[in-house]
Amino acid sequence: MAIPFKGTKEQEEQLKAVIAAHKGEKGATIPVLHEAQDIYGYLPIEVQKMIAEGLGVSLAEVYGIVTFYTQFSLNPKGEHPIGVCLGTACYVKGSGDILEKLKDILKIDVGECTDDGKFSLDATRCIGACGLAPVMTIGDDVHGRLTVDQVEGIVKQYS
Amino acid sequence: MKSLEELKSIREKMFDLVDMRNDDSENTNSDYKYQVLVCGGTGCTSSGSMTLIAEFEKLIEKNDLGDKVKLVKTGCFGLCALGPVVIVYPEGAFYSMVKAEDVHEIVEQHLMGGKVVTRLLYEESVHAGTDEIKSLNEIDFYKKQHRVALRNCGVINPENIEEYIARDGYAALGKVLKEMTPQQVIDTISASGLRGRGGAGFPTGTKWQFAANSKGDIKYVCCNADEGDPGAFMDRSILEGDPHAVLEAMTIAGYAIGACQGYIYIRAEYPIAVERLKIAIKQAREYGMLGKDIFGSGFDFDIDIRLGAGAFVCGEETALMTSIEGHRGEPRPRPPFPAVKGLFGVPTILNNVETYANVPRIILKGAEWFASTGTEKSKGTKVFALGGKIHNTGLVEVPMGTTMREIIEDIGGGIPNGKKFKAAQTGGPSGGCIPAELIDTPIDYDSLTAIGSMMGSGGLIVMDEDNCMVDIAKFFLEFTVDESCGKCTPCRIGTKRLLEILTKITEGKGTMEDLDRLEELANAIKAGSLCGLGQTAPNPVLSTLKYFRNEYEAHIKDKTCPAHVCKGLLKFTIDPDKCRGCSLCAKQCPVGAISGQVKSPFTIDTDKCVKCGACMDKCPFKAISKQ
Repeated sequence: MAIPFKGTKEQEEQLKAVIAAHKGEKGATIPVLHEAQDIYGYLPIEVQKMIAEGLGVSLAEVYGIVTFYTQFSLNPKGEHPIGVCLGTACYVKGSGDILEKLKDILKIDVGECTDDGKFSLDATRCIGACGLAPVMTIGDDVHGRLTVDQVEGIVKQYS
Repeated sequence: MKSLEELKSIREKMFDLVDMRNDDSENTNSDYKYQVLVCGGTGCTSSGSMTLIAEFEKLIEKNDLGDKVKLVKTGCFGLCALGPVVIVYPEGAFYSMVKAEDVHEIVEQHLMGGKVVTRLLYEESVHAGTDEIKSLNEIDFYKKQHRVALRNCGVINPENIEEYIARDGYAALGKVLKEMTPQQVIDTISASGLRGRGGAGFPTGTKWQFAANSKGDIKYVCCNADEGDPGAFMDRSILEGDPHAVLEAMTIAGYAIGACQGYIYIRAEYPIAVERLKIAIKQAREYGMLGKDIFGSGFDFDIDIRLGAGAFVCGEETALMTSIEGHRGEPRPRPPFPAVKGLFGVPTILNNVETYANVPRIILKGAEWFASTGTEKSKGTKVFALGGKIHNTGLVEVPMGTTMREIIEDIGGGIPNGKKFKAAQTGGPSGGCIPAELIDTPIDYDSLTAIGSMMGSGGLIVMDEDNCMVDIAKFFLEFTVDESCGKCTPCRIGTKRLLEILTKITEGKGTMEDLDRLEELANAIKAGSLCGLGQTAPNPVLSTLKYFRNEYEAHIKDKTCPAHVCKGLLKFTIDPDKCRGCSLCAKQCPVGAISGQVKSPFTIDTDKCVKCGACMDKCPFKAISKQ
């Protein structure tokens, strides 16, 4: 399902300023994409086109980079993006079950967003909080030492 | 700052303050009566240390303690399992799992009343049966550790360059620029025996020599902080706790090979480390430790940060450089090696964060000092991130040659819940599983390779009897299938086929021929892949096949998973003797697979059962078991 692009004039101005600041710099595409994602929350084709034109590289090159790196997203994230760490330390302590539980509660799969736009679910790489395994993040909050039973209560705090 | 005298005067000004935090220090010359060190590493931050800092700030101000008590946000203390951790000097009181509501007690009783809050002390940090506090070096977790790369982590405020200088920071750079030729620097590093801490263990001095010998006006120094191994967080902790050590070492490397620009390639998933690095670079520029004419020597050097964007393959050196250049991070064939033709086509060295963190100490204390620790071919220490089924999860630094047993049992405190140790996984997706019978293997590059694993960057995940080794192999293959960049066929298609066979086995559909096929395919992938990712991707399969073949066979022949992990092979049954017919399980079952008459034993229809385990969790009589 394609979500219509809702970029504003202000966002476009911001993006142009970012492109102008990096233009001519060696290896500028990835830093510009990072900043563009901060502005828009994701990198739809419209934004990629602006970047390709602005930096004078082909759209294929930009699209190739966006789809290569997992940090770049073609789809918008939920208001509260949820990430379940599937690093080894979390996995051996049962983060796979935490992820299953979240899929079950939210009725979405990994990489998807709930219909109301509140939550999106991602399986993330190790976030390095292995001392607290298993761990999930909701927005900037980190919830550690989780058990499957706690998950529903924690998610409810955000809805 | 342009002279060594200025550096020295900052060191003297700051010395007493920082020296008080030395564990065996009797130094009481500091202006402050107490120093409160709060861990600001990712682990403790995730468990709430920032609210503790805010609370301390509030209460210190409220009670007008500002000139008596110094609050310091440090890097990681290592014992992440007990976070958030607070240490109060001069006593060295180790408070663990501190909550915001405990802070007032520490302030009132300890900082104002002079009495340690025994209730909050980490129990291992007190002499049994007394209130007497042990020195950190006497605590089991720290006793066998030897901190070189981590020496400033948890001691200094990483956001204050002067605290780094107080611990001899930038003195090595001063020494190099004023007293040594580039060749002498390289010779010192070579003589120390330092090998790359990123995993492969290439001699650092040799790498620097190659780059120094390459002709070119422009060269680069890169730092690999793209710590992608799941379960590894050594580099992150060093960057969070002691970022200047890395900047200083890169500048030294720049002088040695004749480069004037450095890049640190760091994962975007490490926001705290990125922030601290930015602060450190800014301060280093302000103090003249980066920029033009450092220490008036005529040598220029600067460092910029490049953020990774989530691609494991970018930890491979050629892929990392391609990514800094702004492209898809695909590796390219070597030779030419980066020392000849690296970043933007010019001679480049790339070292790992931990490798760099050792460099300033080697310069200051000498190659012999460094080489006196470790084994014949692996010198110095290694930092490990201990994780998984172990008491003291966290960060440890031990001399090379320490055995796995010492790390897991003595430092790590063993396996929780009375479970049995089954295997330790080192080297992440490129490494292997070390079985219990090899727990006395000394850890160094060569012995780990000899038993089919590898040092890797330092992730050490402990597994107990509840972990299925076939499932673990499958877990790592899922990772490499996801992360294979797709450039070369053996890795792109081969890992996918490996995963399919493993999945088949975990579903109970495997055959004994599959095991031979796994082996054959794994060896083909190792031999035919272009880069380190593909060449090592089959290691988790090969090492589990070697040491845990019986588990594979149980999945295939007996159609059971001995650790009860693989869902496809689980069978839930209700013990009719224990079941009281309360019907709770039937209500819980999401697919209606459980039926029966109230007050008589219920049964599970195994064809309908989706093996979610919900019934087992809910049964008040423990009548349901899985096999």
